[in-house]
Amino acid sequence: MSDPDPLSVPPVAGPGPRRSRRARIRAELKRAPLSAWFGGLVILAYVVLAVFAPLIAPWGEATVAGQPHQAWGGDFLLGTDQLGRDVLSRLIYGARNTLGIAVLTTCLAFLTGGLLGILAALYGGWFDQICSRIVDVFMSIPSLIFALLFLSVFGSSIPNLIITLAALDATRVFRLARAAAGTVVVLDYIQIARVRGESLLWLIRREILPNILSPMIVEFGLRFCFVFLSIAALSFLGVGIQPPTADWGSMVRENAALISYGNITALLPAAAIALLTVAVNFVIDWYVYRTSGMRDER
Amino acid sequence: MNAENTDLRVRGAPLLQIRDLRIEGFSDDRWHPIVRGIDLELHRGEVLGLIGESGAGKSTLGLVAMGYAKPGCRITGGSVTFDGQDLLAMKEDERRLLRGARIAYVAQSASASFNPAHRLLDQTIETAVTHGLLGRKQASLRAIGMFEKLRLPGAGAIGLRFPHQVSGGQLQRAMTAMAMECRPDLIIFDEPTTALDVTTQVEVLASMREVVREFNTAAIYISHDLAVVAQMADRIMVLRHGKTVEEAPARRMLAEPAEDYTRSLWSVRALAQPERSDTEICLKIDNLVTGYGKSAKVIDDISIELQRGRTLAIVGESGSGKSTLAQVISGMLPAWSGKMTFEGRPLPSGFRSRPRDLLRRIQMIYQSPDTALNPRHSVAETIGRPLEFYLGLKGAAKQRRIKELLDMIEMGSGYLDRLPGELSGGQKQRICIARALAAKPELVICDEVTSALDQLVQSGILKLLSSLQAELGISYLFITHDIATVRAIADHVVVMNQGKVVEQGPKSVVLEPPHQPYTDLLLSSVPEMDPDWLTRVLKSRRATPDAAS
Repeated sequence: MSDPDPLSVPPVAGPGPRRSRRARIRAELKRAPLSAWFGGLVILAYVVLAVFAPLIAPWGEATVAGQPHQAWGGDFLLGTDQLGRDVLSRLIYGARNTLGIAVLTTCLAFLTGGLLGILAALYGGWFDQICSRIVDVFMSIPSLIFALLFLSVFGSSIPNLIITLAALDATRVFRLARAAAGTVVVLDYIQIARVRGESLLWLIRREILPNILSPMIVEFGLRFCFVFLSIAALSFLGVGIQPPTADWGSMVRENAALISYGNITALLPAAAIALLTVAVNFVIDWYVYRTSGMRDER
Repeated sequence: MNAENTDLRVRGAPLLQIRDLRIEGFSDDRWHPIVRGIDLELHRGEVLGLIGESGAGKSTLGLVAMGYAKPGCRITGGSVTFDGQDLLAMKEDERRLLRGARIAYVAQSASASFNPAHRLLDQTIETAVTHGLLGRKQASLRAIGMFEKLRLPGAGAIGLRFPHQVSGGQLQRAMTAMAMECRPDLIIFDEPTTALDVTTQVEVLASMREVVREFNTAAIYISHDLAVVAQMADRIMVLRHGKTVEEAPARRMLAEPAEDYTRSLWSVRALAQPERSDTEICLKIDNLVTGYGKSAKVIDDISIELQRGRTLAIVGESGSGKSTLAQVISGMLPAWSGKMTFEGRPLPSGFRSRPRDLLRRIQMIYQSPDTALNPRHSVAETIGRPLEFYLGLKGAAKQRRIKELLDMIEMGSGYLDRLPGELSGGQKQRICIARALAAKPELVICDEVTSALDQLVQSGILKLLSSLQAELGISYLFITHDIATVRAIADHVVVMNQGKVVEQGPKSVVLEPPHQPYTDLLLSSVPEMDPDWLTRVLKSRRATPDAAS
C-alpha cells in the first residue's frame, strides 16, 4: 500500500540502503512476544544441557551411586532410581540421547521426504504416482504398530530406531513438500528458470526451496515434537533406546511404580518432554505469525 | 430522459455525502495516509465515476461508502452520511442491515467473490432472504427477472449452475443481479470489467448501465480506465494519492480536462509507432499446429513472419491461442506440426532440444510480474543470473553490468538488494525487462506485458520498450488484447481468433477500414474517449446483429 509518487516512476535515484541483516534480526527479536522468548530460552537450555552433559551432571550416566529409591536432597538432588542411579544426572544425559536422536531422525525425514516431495511436484507423471502410492501404503498402517513391527524384526538398535522413525515421518513430509512445491512449480518464474536451461539442483535449491521454506520449517518443529514423543513411547514399550542408556521415555517406565506411593520422581522425565514440546511450539507459533505477517505486507 | 433526471436529483438532499474523509493504512510498522480529505456527494439515480491509478485510494473510498474499512485501515477523520444517517457513528449491526439491502457492492473479480460450492441463484438471493426482506420464492423470481434484464442466456436455468460453469462476463452480470436483488439505493462497482475481454466488456457495461438507469439506482463506478468510466458516469472524479485532483461532469472532463494529470491518464493512447521500413526476416513460422495433451488443438495452421528490429503485435481475445503461440516459440510447448525458422536456421520445437546459446537469443517477458519474479530473489540476483548463466560474467564485471541494466530500465542501483515484494507493479515489470535484456537476446516475446499495469505505468513501459528496440535492434513479438498498445508499438499486426489467423499485415492496413468482420468487432469493442461511444456501438450492432454473434 506504500505509494511512491507515480509521476516520478521511474525514479532515477533508488531508495536508501536496506538495513543490514544483523539490524533486521535485532529488530525482529525486539518485537518477539514473551512466549517466543521463553520457548527460545528453554530450547537453548536443553541444547546446553545436551552438549555439556558430562560436565554438568554430578554423576555418570549409568553409575550406581547410592541406594535404590533414595529421597530428594543431599547428594542426590532429585533422589535415585530403582538401581540407585542419580535421577538428575540421568535426566541430563537423557536430554542428550533423546534430543540427539530426535534431531537426527527429523533431519533425515526432511531430507528424504522433502526431496522426493519436491521432485514429485516438479516431474509429476509416473514418478509422482509411484512415490505417492508408496507413501499412501505407509500411511495406511498406524505408525506405532509399523515401528514396533520393524524394530522387533530388525532389532532395536539406535540406527534402526532412527531409520524407522525417519521413514515413517518422511511420508508425512513428502505429502507437505509435494503440496507446497506443487503450488510453486506452476508459477512463471519456475517456467522461466526451466526455459533458461537451469539444472535440477538450481531449480530445487534456489527457485523452489526458498519459497516453501516457511511451511517446511513449521512442519519441522511439529515433526520434531512427534518424533520425540514416538521415541519416548517406543522406549516406554521397551523397543526404543535400550538400558543402561538414559532416556526420558524409559525413565518413566522404570519408575512408574513409584507414582502409586505418591512419589513424583517418575513424572519428571515426562515433564521434561512436555516442557520442550511446549517451548518448540511457542517458537513455531511466533515464526508462523511473523512469516504470515510478512505475507500481508506484500 | 437524462435531463429530467438531473432536475430531480438536484432537488433532494444527497443520498451519500462524504465530508473531509481521512483514512490511514498500516504497513512497514507505520500508519500511512491513504485517503487525505476527500469530499463527495452523490444524489439519487446519479452515477459517479471514480478514476485513478492503483494506490490512489479509490477502492478504499468505495468501501467506506458502505461504512467499511479494510483490516489494516482506520478512519481517522471526516464523516460519511448515507440518506441522513451517519454511517461511521452507527453500530456494526446497524450498518450490516444496510449493506446488501440498501447499499450493494460489485467486486472486480467475480470468480473470486462467488462461493464455488453454491449455485448462483442461492448466492444471488442470500442477502434478501437472510435480511428477511423477501421470501425464498419471491426472491428467486425477482433474481430470475434480473438475470433476464441483464441478458444472461437461459435466465430461468442459469441460476442453477455453479460459478465455474459460466463465463467471466456472465458471472459479473450475475453479481450485478445479486447487488440489485434488494433494489438498493446505491451500488458500488469496483472495477467490474477490468478482468474481462474487450468484446465481453461491451455487453457487461451495456447491461449494467441499463439496469442502473431503469431502477434509478445511484452508483459509484470505480475504474482506472477513463474511457470505460465515461460510458457509465454522469460525473467523474479523478483521485490521486488520496486526494481529489479534478471533478467534473463526464462530458466536460473528456472535452476539456483542467489538470495535466487527468490528461496523462490517457497518455498511452497518444503514443504511436511511426511507419518504419521493412528489414529481413528474423522469425518465420509456417503452418504451425499445436495444443495441449493429444487432442485439445489450440493453434491451427498459423503462418507468421517477424522482421528483425521490428515489432509484430498479435491481437486477440482470451482463448484465441495467442499466449499458446508464445509458448511454442519460447519452447515451453512442443509443436505438433509445422516449421519454425529463426535467423535463417530451423528452430527446434521444445526447449530441451535447443542449445543454451539459442535459449539465450529468445527471451520472454510475462504478463504478471508478480509470478514471473521469484519473491525470494533480490533484484541483483534476478538480473545477475542470466549474466552468469549465459555470458559467464562473475564478480565485479557482473555487478557493473547489473548496474548498467538497471540504468537502462531507468531504475537506480539503490534497488539492488530489494525483493520483488518491495517494488511496485511497474518496477517489477521493469526488472523482468532487465532480466530478459541481460541475456542479450535477439527476439523478445512480450506476453501481455502491460495489461496488469495502470495506464500511466503502461505508457512508461511501452516507451521504454520502444527506446530499447531503437538502441539494441531487438525484435519484439508483442502479444496483447489492447488496440491502444498495438498503435503505440507495433509495425505489423496479426489478428487471431480461435487459434486461426483472421487477418495480418502492416499496422496501417489492418487497423484501417475496410476490416474483416472479426477485426471490426474487436476494434469497435475498444472503449473510446467519448461518452456516447457505448450507445453508438450498441446501436450499430443492433442494426447488424451478425457482427456481434
